[in-house]
Amino acid sequence: MSLFLTQLMNGIGNGAVYASLALALVLIFRTTGILNFSQGEMALYSTYLVWYFSNRGLPVWVAILLSMTLSFIGGAAIERIVIRPVERASPLVLVIVTIGMFLAINSIVQVQFGADAKHLTRAYPAHVWRPGNVQISADTLVLVGILILECLFLYLLLQRTKLGLGVRAAASNPESSRLLGVPVGRTLMFGWGLAAALGALAGSLAIPASQPALSAASMQSILVFSFAAAALGGFDSTIGAVVGGMIVGVAQTLTTQYIKALSDIVLVVPFGLILVVLMVRPQGLFGSRHVERV
Amino acid sequence: MRSRRQLQVLALATAVVVLAFLIVLPHQYGSTNTTRWAQALYIGVAAMGLNLLTGYNGQVSIGHGAFFGLGAYTSALLVNQHGWQFLPTLLVAGPLCFLVGVAVGFPALRVKGLYLALVTLGLAVLFPDLTKHYVHVTGGTNLVAMTGSELAPPAWVPTSVSAIGRDDQWAYYVTLAIAIGLFLAAMFIIRSRFGRALIAVRDHEAAAATVGINTSFVKVSAFAISALYAGLAGSCSVLVDHLANADKVQTFQISIEFLVAVVIGGTATVVGPLVGGWLVVFLQHWISDSLPKHVGSISVLKRTLANPAASPAIFGIILILFVFVLPDGLVGGVRRLVSRIGRGDVNDIQPSTTPLTT
Repeated sequence: MSLFLTQLMNGIGNGAVYASLALALVLIFRTTGILNFSQGEMALYSTYLVWYFSNRGLPVWVAILLSMTLSFIGGAAIERIVIRPVERASPLVLVIVTIGMFLAINSIVQVQFGADAKHLTRAYPAHVWRPGNVQISADTLVLVGILILECLFLYLLLQRTKLGLGVRAAASNPESSRLLGVPVGRTLMFGWGLAAALGALAGSLAIPASQPALSAASMQSILVFSFAAAALGGFDSTIGAVVGGMIVGVAQTLTTQYIKALSDIVLVVPFGLILVVLMVRPQGLFGSRHVERV
Repeated sequence: MRSRRQLQVLALATAVVVLAFLIVLPHQYGSTNTTRWAQALYIGVAAMGLNLLTGYNGQVSIGHGAFFGLGAYTSALLVNQHGWQFLPTLLVAGPLCFLVGVAVGFPALRVKGLYLALVTLGLAVLFPDLTKHYVHVTGGTNLVAMTGSELAPPAWVPTSVSAIGRDDQWAYYVTLAIAIGLFLAAMFIIRSRFGRALIAVRDHEAAAATVGINTSFVKVSAFAISALYAGLAGSCSVLVDHLANADKVQTFQISIEFLVAVVIGGTATVVGPLVGGWLVVFLQHWISDSLPKHVGSISVLKRTLANPAASPAIFGIILILFVFVLPDGLVGGVRRLVSRIGRGDVNDIQPSTTPLTT
């Protein structure tokens, strides 16, 4: 039982990482209707920035905040320079553009920072609590705590501020919003910047600090699981991203622990799960449904 | 060239010239270049299949690397473990991929647009794990490496097709024959009643259903046919590259290459994906081999470009610039150019505008 609870906690920790990145994906999907394949690589670049700054002697938390700020600017710049010109192109073209960014950013990271794995500095002391044989690591608590803060922040921002209202308006009907005086272009830039900053935070906390674990391939499997999380939860739902992330994370660790036959094909579980959910609810668990008129 | 008839004659003449070039090609080039052309052809074949699904039917898949891999492993294992000749394995790999395509196509019926893209992404991510689980060949890994003698042409092949010591010529001609066959099949499919049903379902599924099209049948068939194309391309890749391998990055990357070939060649055009496949293969070689030589005068730039890790960056940037300039692909762009110059009526089939809406 205690082993089960320990694995459950680990799963929740992993799930929090997937949920954070899935939140960034959902944010971009809701504001610009784009499935951003380069989200993971954007987060990767931000994480390398954290490594770079902390290696230059800055405290880790300062490095993370600095990286988030730069990521915000970078994300907004990407929206303005790369996405804006093809805003009205076919969605397939948009997929190709984000795939192009995926390839480009990944290889820029390797050229700029070198191919060897980097060792991130710990942002908080490692500690494991053992209430009644259940192991709860500080990693899990920090990841979950950050996720809760992110959700709270996004909720307040989107539902309680004028800026958030603008974001939601620009996402749901850009033409009318423009007529009503919402600066749609700047709002979309803001959405991309915000997503990039969230990704930076998720990335820098997702990479284990116990060993040199940061490499150019670090984000790819995390991105796949985050896609799974977002699809499971419904692509236009923030709460869906969180719930989806948790389900995927927990399913992943429990499968590794308990189903030996599947031990090296762990991915079967989240994707099996997605398939089942999407068969029953094609719009995901919390997604909104679109009805088509002839 | 004002009339449609003149355009058709022009197209036919171009086709004959291109075909003649493709046939004499391996006798002009060495084995490195011949192999590259063969790679361009098999990427193009898989992209043609994907185009039937994505371009004409509006179902986006980023998982066709899995079908490609399935075809490759089927051929490789039959040759390597069961001592088959290569050619008969095509008769197993093709139908097998078709059937698996049907099996995947059915759940895909429920899932649309973006969600479908993600489910197929799952396919591409799962496939390498499955091969690692079930295939243990070279030193217990899932790599099936093969020797030239296993894939040598049968005795009846004349030396004009495969000169002594030039197995790459044989591999090239087999791939070319399959590419031509499947190209003609794609032309036939698009012009048939079924092809029009594909487009109708893409453009408006509900309306297509009301005029009596069996939308489920059409969508599942499109999936299965595209899987067949990808599988045969995978089989050809075994003959060309002498191996079957699947790791995560590779399977995902090749799935992406198919999609890239479709889009930069020209979505919903028959010849576009073949052109796109050629561009994908040769652009990457050009970036890694020739580009550093051209910028010799600027040493910083040269050092960066000579780094093999840099080539995906340049490829990615070229890709983005490409769709900025030619959002309807190379073939779409040429079409617009022709119609502007000649005012010929080339309003055949327009590229899909909304394949990804949910």
